[in-house]
Amino acid sequence: MSKKKVVLNFPPHLIDQPITYRLIAEQGLKVNILRARITPKEWGNMVVELNGDQARVEAGLRFLADLGVEVELLAEEVKWREERCIHCTACLAPCPTRALYVDRATMAVRFDEDKCIACELCLPVCPYQAMEIAAAK
Amino acid sequence: MTRTIEEINEKIKQGRAVVCTAEEIIQVVKEKGVKQAAATVDVVTTGTFAPMCSSGAYFNVGHTTPRMKLGGGKVTLNDVPAYAGFAAVDILVGATAVPDDDPRNKVFPGKFVYGGAHVIEELVAGKDVRLTATAYGTDCYPRKTLDTWIRLDDLNEAVLFNMRNSYQNYNVAVNLSDRVLYTYMGVLQPRMRNANYCTAGQLSPLLNDPHYRTLGVGTRIFLGGGEGFVVSHGTQHNPGVRRSELGLPQVPAGTLAVTGDLKKMSAKWLRGASFTGYGVTLTLGLGIPIPILDEETLAFAAVTDADITAPVVDYSEAYPNVKPEILAEVTVAQLKSGEITLNGKKVITAGLSSYVRAREVALILKSWIEAGNFLLTVPVAPLPAADSGYRFKLLKERPWEGLREAI
Repeated sequence: MSKKKVVLNFPPHLIDQPITYRLIAEQGLKVNILRARITPKEWGNMVVELNGDQARVEAGLRFLADLGVEVELLAEEVKWREERCIHCTACLAPCPTRALYVDRATMAVRFDEDKCIACELCLPVCPYQAMEIAAAK
Repeated sequence: MTRTIEEINEKIKQGRAVVCTAEEIIQVVKEKGVKQAAATVDVVTTGTFAPMCSSGAYFNVGHTTPRMKLGGGKVTLNDVPAYAGFAAVDILVGATAVPDDDPRNKVFPGKFVYGGAHVIEELVAGKDVRLTATAYGTDCYPRKTLDTWIRLDDLNEAVLFNMRNSYQNYNVAVNLSDRVLYTYMGVLQPRMRNANYCTAGQLSPLLNDPHYRTLGVGTRIFLGGGEGFVVSHGTQHNPGVRRSELGLPQVPAGTLAVTGDLKKMSAKWLRGASFTGYGVTLTLGLGIPIPILDEETLAFAAVTDADITAPVVDYSEAYPNVKPEILAEVTVAQLKSGEITLNGKKVITAGLSSYVRAREVALILKSWIEAGNFLLTVPVAPLPAADSGYRFKLLKERPWEGLREAI
């Protein structure tokens, strides 16, 4: 099984096409949409996580490229710098996916990278710069 | 059952003192009851680690050759303005001071990445800090400019001074408006999407001794990872507010002024904090040992998060306009569950005070006392208590008459 986070940039003429559907139905991939911005007549973009065996993921990426979708690897991800974190829990309020959560028994902050959609809302609320943007692996 | 601080100190010196944190004592009381717990336990340690804006540090940087009077001149530390209105080489930097022209603060809402608190943190961490100064020069202090690196070890005195902290209870901040608010209580999302609180609750020093029976002027405390002392009640001390049956204030009440030697502190316990759109502050670790003098002091020190209520205040309207409206009262236990219900709506809670670090402060203080390294102090003078009549006032504005005359 292969798991890949990519940014898909859709040229304006593809905005009305059911491309994600085809990626799922025809290419047999599990598509997890992390973020999406689609506006008529403009370039759209989606951050997705593609799940499937490696050959399928590669075929899916070729399928997108052939359609004219520009595919980039997710260049940035949000990192939790634990050594800077004081466990105040201020970051919990804006986190839409609960990637940042608290172990209520100890009140310690934890970060589940897999749940993070790199929305960056936690960055400005952390007073200690414990959340930062880093190049994706 | 009664015991004196002198008796407790004898036991500490002999390594026989029984010490619990303010969290551990809750379980002890549950199992043994107040009476037996008071008979067994000599000291309860408290702790807090939270933003404390009224923090500052003063330094004697040593004389230059030829001499220079920084006093009356202008001084910066890593571009952060320091106050120099003292004698020749004494300066003071406040936690919330920011550089005059930091471009990062000029784009809305402003990042406030660096300020006085970060200068203090870096000095304590042993880092070099750039000191610049200009002065007018005198016969005895002829030098007019200075631009040099300094570090903590080379300073004569480096002292943390904090004119108000350890707030006894604090507001829970929400935002009823339609726009995001950037406050000292963090980023408040519109239409009450989050509620931010700031208290160590059952570990909080002044909530464990609500009538200030065991502490006062001169009390030795944990401060910034080292040893500090209570100077007096803090600014805005307001002990006469309404209290619960347990004597716990239901709105912000008592405060402390404290001081300590920065050279003995650790950067882990003095952290510069950047509040987006608001400014810089210092997050500081502080812990106070409570001598168990009788059953009453023990009963107070066994306070739980479920006993403590905090007022919910709207920071879009009530707070900035000094309206006394309180939207609701919630317990610290509810706040720590991650969600409270306000007007039928579920609201996510987020903290500013670190409970994890507060527990660590209380445990460190406990270990110092158990090791015989930290003796308790008999207060030199008490703090103004609930029945003292002491209270804080708003500013009575009396506008300058000159303008009217000029018109």
